[in-house]
Amino acid sequence: MAGKEAQRLKRERIIEENGIIFLDNVSKSYSSGSPALNGVSLSIGRGEFVFIVGDSGSGKSTLIKLLLRELTATSGSVYVMGNDLAKLKHRQIPRFRRNLGVVFQDFRLLNDRNVYENVAFAQRIVETPVSEIRRNVPAILATVGLAGKYKAKTKQLSGGEQQRVALARALVNNPSVLLADEPTGNLDPNNSWEIMKLLEEINESGTTVVVVTHNREIVNAMQKRVITMKKGVIISDEEKGGYIDED
Amino acid sequence: MMKISTLFYTIKQGFANIFRNKWYSLASIATISACLFLFGLFYSIVANFQNILKTAEEGVSVTVFFHSEMDNCESHTEGQIPSEQRLEEIGQEIARRAEVSEVQFQSADEAWATFGPDYFGEDYAEGFPENPLAGEDTYEIFLSDVSMQDALVTWLQSIPEVRKVNYSEMTANTLSGLNLLIAYVSMGIIVILLAVSIFLISNTVAIGISVRSEEINIMKYIGATDFFVRAPFVLEGMLIGLIGAAVPLGLIYSLYNYALNYVVNRFMVLSGFLNFLSVDEVFHFLTPVSLGVGVGIGFLGSISTVRKHLHV
Repeated sequence: MAGKEAQRLKRERIIEENGIIFLDNVSKSYSSGSPALNGVSLSIGRGEFVFIVGDSGSGKSTLIKLLLRELTATSGSVYVMGNDLAKLKHRQIPRFRRNLGVVFQDFRLLNDRNVYENVAFAQRIVETPVSEIRRNVPAILATVGLAGKYKAKTKQLSGGEQQRVALARALVNNPSVLLADEPTGNLDPNNSWEIMKLLEEINESGTTVVVVTHNREIVNAMQKRVITMKKGVIISDEEKGGYIDED
Repeated sequence: MMKISTLFYTIKQGFANIFRNKWYSLASIATISACLFLFGLFYSIVANFQNILKTAEEGVSVTVFFHSEMDNCESHTEGQIPSEQRLEEIGQEIARRAEVSEVQFQSADEAWATFGPDYFGEDYAEGFPENPLAGEDTYEIFLSDVSMQDALVTWLQSIPEVRKVNYSEMTANTLSGLNLLIAYVSMGIIVILLAVSIFLISNTVAIGISVRSEEINIMKYIGATDFFVRAPFVLEGMLIGLIGAAVPLGLIYSLYNYALNYVVNRFMVLSGFLNFLSVDEVFHFLTPVSLGVGVGIGFLGSISTVRKHLHV
């Protein structure tokens, strides 16, 4: 018990000193070709809203995979929520991810289950009592505007609605950090704006939000911190920045 | 420690997966059923062949004749005449041998009572004033393993009191050769059938899970433990294996009973000398093996396949 408390305090100290996401000179190389990330260092504070932008091959996806601990860095250190991801054992990964909401471009919903079950699944994983699941899931579905569709199969929903379900699933366990990998990539402009508004609301409630996107219009309009990547390195990091045209 | 509600949820998901992926479930059950049906069918036939051979082997006997006062007849040779006690001792020695399943003593009077009327008819047999077989006490020996007949005969012939040993070398050799052939061939085919079944079933399970690797990835991304992801798949694999084994067992049970009744009723002559196994005797082996293969491969196949997709 004392050991766990000491670990928690250590993580808190790391977050206070370096931010909730902290990369120190991180490189990632695959077996062939040039490195996907090359000496990347960045720090994202608790409660920030950050866009990560860049063309294909800039290293954005690799960065997200490192933050999810799907990959490990070839060199350098990656800290998320005070956890040194290089030291995280395989059996510790699930617990780490439970504090990390994640949304993908292709929604990644369980298509054989309905909306309610998709969201409830995230709660079942953390062994939330059934009575609480019955309370929490309708509440979060109401937050994302899907209160009336909890029985629908995900395939019956529009792209925007499916992304809302994914958002609800990511948020239902109250994560400290929400990672969104091209969340508007498959959506029309109206739905894209709806999702971005939701992300902003989530951020305002205290969750750190990191959005990887190509959507120039949204990035320019929202006036948030923008980190621009190119060929595996960060070429720009601006508070209230905009989308940098590389041409 | 897992909560009881989580355990129930996992079990429920295992059952639900079968219905969610009904086409995959049906295809898997069909594959498993087809493999185990062929295996069961072949086993039933082979088991009956072996049983018929075993029955035939059990009928093969060796008859031992002893020296007696009648040895001065021209067809007889002289030798040591056994006392009644010695005859009994020899009988006990024979019975103690491993290859012997049964020893039956037949006195000369018993022999005449049996063969006299058979050979000469009731009336003529009564015409003999004395037992023409006097002194011809015999042991009829039944073997548990006909391939050992030669060894037994050699040993019997070495006993000084033994005058003659009647046996059929050809019958014993044919039966033991046939038995060996059927044992090797059936063993080979059963091993091949089992290997093909294991390969097909584990592949079916693997393909069924691989097409759902995305689902496993999603679970892992949102923080599911390996156990939480794996348990429903493993339960699903075992259930599919169980149903896949139960279907052919049921089919073979009905078919076997039908075939047995048909042969026995239609070919009464056959049933006189061919001893078929009862359905219970066949299923005594077939049930645990089929269920073991179905459930076991469902279990092991799903565990190993899910493991491949867990490293996300």
